[in-house]
Amino acid sequence: MNGFLHQVFSGLATGGVYASLALSLVMVYRATHLLNFAQGEMATFSTYIALTLTQAHVPYWIAFAITVLLSFALGIALERLLLRRMTHHTALAAVGVTIGLLLIFNALSGWLFGYTVKEFPSPFEGGGNGAVLGGLMSAHELGMVGVTLAVLAVVYAFFRFTPLGLAMRAAAGNPESSRLVGIRVGWMLALGWGLAAALGAVGGIMVAPVVFLDPNMMSGVLLYAFAGALLGGVDNPAGAVVGGFAVGVIENLGGAYVVGTDLKLTMALVIIVAVLVLRPAGLFGRVVVARV
Amino acid sequence: MTARRILALLLAVAVLVAPAFLTSGYVLFQLTSTAIYAIAILGLDIVTGYTGQVSLGHGAFYAIGAYATAILMANFDWPFWATLPVAGGASALVGFLIGFPALRLSGPYLALVTLALATAVPQILRAKALEAWTGGVQGIVVTPPSAPSFLPLSQDQYLYLCTIVVAFVLYLLADNMLRGRQRRAMIAIRDHALAAEAAGIDIARVKTRAFAVSAFFTGIAGALSAIVVQFVAPDSFSVTLSIALFVGLVVGGAASLPGTVIGALFVQFIPNIAEAANKSAPGVVYGALLVASLYLMPSGGAGALRHLLHRIRSHRPPTTETAKQGATIHVE
Repeated sequence: MNGFLHQVFSGLATGGVYASLALSLVMVYRATHLLNFAQGEMATFSTYIALTLTQAHVPYWIAFAITVLLSFALGIALERLLLRRMTHHTALAAVGVTIGLLLIFNALSGWLFGYTVKEFPSPFEGGGNGAVLGGLMSAHELGMVGVTLAVLAVVYAFFRFTPLGLAMRAAAGNPESSRLVGIRVGWMLALGWGLAAALGAVGGIMVAPVVFLDPNMMSGVLLYAFAGALLGGVDNPAGAVVGGFAVGVIENLGGAYVVGTDLKLTMALVIIVAVLVLRPAGLFGRVVVARV
Repeated sequence: MTARRILALLLAVAVLVAPAFLTSGYVLFQLTSTAIYAIAILGLDIVTGYTGQVSLGHGAFYAIGAYATAILMANFDWPFWATLPVAGGASALVGFLIGFPALRLSGPYLALVTLALATAVPQILRAKALEAWTGGVQGIVVTPPSAPSFLPLSQDQYLYLCTIVVAFVLYLLADNMLRGRQRRAMIAIRDHALAAEAAGIDIARVKTRAFAVSAFFTGIAGALSAIVVQFVAPDSFSVTLSIALFVGLVVGGAASLPGTVIGALFVQFIPNIAEAANKSAPGVVYGALLVASLYLMPSGGAGALRHLLHRIRSHRPPTTETAKQGATIHVE
């Protein structure tokens, strides 16, 4: 029983990372109807920036803040410089551009920071690998969940209670009307990309101490995040968060009791296909009816 | 068929056969593998270029075809040519099963599912449970066929020519399929799904069929690669392969048969050249050219070439025939 609980809790910990990445995917998807396949590689790149800063003896949380801000700026720059210029919005172009970004960021990470697997510091392990909650979680896992939940709460509050958050939601939901009431829709989309990149950076920094840092660190994580986003409903931010946590737990339990660790990535495929077969709108998504 | 078309066909055959006797060794091997990539990209083109359903996982079908052939040849002593339809069929079946749920929906779901498939396939091939069939991490060694004794050909030449023959047949098939009603249905779905449905096209059926045919082609490419490389192992079929095929398609030019050949040349030769400069360079070149193609030449290398030929032609002084035509039109 204790083993089972242990698997559930450590699933929740990685699930937090999937949740933040799933949320960034959903934010971009709602705003621009693009699935950003580069989200994971962008997060890896951000994590390398954080590593470089901590290695230069910048205190951990300051490095964290600088990285998040830089990632935010990077996301905005990408939207402004590249994506908004995409005039012929075919399905091929929509997927192709973010795949191109995926390749570029992956190669850049390797080029600038090397291909060797690197350790990443955790701020939560003061003395030894302290287990907490009666041994159910490591200190880092608990910290990871804490940070993820805190960030998600901030994002929620931002969208729910600030005028800017409202404007962004409006721009995503109905661009034409938003423009008529004076919202600068283009900038709102850019902000969405920036926020998504920042969220991804948080996810990368949090997961790096567990999976170790290398240029392909997020390729698996991205798939779980997609599975989480799809499970929760690809246009529902809250659903994506719940889906992300759920996928973390499913992945861990499945890995421990059903398929074994060497088939873990296959579970992302199984979850994705299962959602598409059984409930394409996801658990909390709206069924979209197109107006003809 | 006019005399001119027959002449063009003979010329094409000569150009394709010539390398077998003009080159040898590694160069011939590279050309063989270019032809194989061309078939794989042709498969991808059917579903992504013509039907507009983006697949990021054709490496998976390539892998399935390769393993089907390797298993049949190594464990059951099948002759290589007999394994090709089975390899294609196995890929098509998996393509149908995986694609069906995603293709009922509009949106980027197929890209998602196929990316997940491509990521999962090396893991599945490595899995302990299938080791008796797949050879696990070790993979399977394939004994390539030698030329029949009545043909004075080396093994490399024989493999090249077999690949070219298969490629030629598949291109004819594709060319035939991508004409008329079928082609219009596919392109209509790509360009305006709603209008296509209103015109009475069964969208889900056309898409699923196109996807299965596409997987069939790419599966055969994988089968040929197993024979030519003489070895299959999980690491040869990582997600990088799928993305390389996708990049080849876009850079070569989507929805164009000559484009698939340009794409294959790109996938075969550019990474090697780039890698000489830097280990990361192929990734940067792939990514940058992919983005640049989408923005600057959406019809890819084939489109750019067509445009160039068109310009050269229109700058040529008009021949008497076209001049006469122009005059008639003017009079009318």
